[in-house]
Amino acid sequence: MLGVELQAFPGSFEDRHGEQTAIVGLAGALCGMVAIRCSSPTAEKIAALMLAADAASNPSMIGDALGELCNMVAGNFKSKVSTIADHCMLSMPTVIWGEHYVMQTFQSHEAFEVVLSFEGEPVWFSIVIQT
Amino acid sequence: MKKLRVLIVDDSSVMRKIVERSLRQAGIEVGEVLEASNGAEALAEVQKSAFDLILSDINMPAMDGLEFLRNLSNIESAKGVPVVMITTEGSEARVVEALSVGARGYIRKPFTPEQVKERIAPLVGGAD
Repeated sequence: MLGVELQAFPGSFEDRHGEQTAIVGLAGALCGMVAIRCSSPTAEKIAALMLAADAASNPSMIGDALGELCNMVAGNFKSKVSTIADHCMLSMPTVIWGEHYVMQTFQSHEAFEVVLSFEGEPVWFSIVIQT
Repeated sequence: MKKLRVLIVDDSSVMRKIVERSLRQAGIEVGEVLEASNGAEALAEVQKSAFDLILSDINMPAMDGLEFLRNLSNIESAKGVPVVMITTEGSEARVVEALSVGARGYIRKPFTPEQVKERIAPLVGGAD
């Protein structure tokens, strides 16, 4: 949809910031969440690829675009697991802006995170499943 | 060639814009595009005027895409108008249900303009 091929982020991302986080919750047969985190400039680039001029003219749509991207990732994740596809609901996407915040999940869980490179900048994709 | 009058039904305003953009990138001859954020709003639009193509999400508040399709079959002016479902839902049961209540096709998000062209052009006779 973005026409961009993502690859594993090659460098260190410890000093990079992820000022925007989109979250979609999973509930039902599978409980947890899917999150996408990236810097604000990266979120703007993603929105521009999704919406073109609309994103540039309406900055509030940048968060909406990141949320919609997260929604698609979550939807495809659950549809890949045939036994839960019809028994797992997705929440509305939520987007958080800011700096120096920490995202913490409770309960026992299994987490998977991958950092991919989007035009040289890191984008964090996380899946957390309650066990 | 006549440009298509299109109705895009999705509760996400971002997705409605992405769908319209993808239609144009796919080379579909799109004219006027109207938007609705759920099935009830879409039904109201269909009752007001005629469309050449309807693209609809499945999961929406108020009235979902499947209920919209069921109601659409009762509207005389909408008979024969191709409806394509565009949704994150990819499960076999939802696909079968959508097709059984009148959908002519199904596209799963995320999609490319090429996929949009492949699925929609045959239904509207354009974008060769």
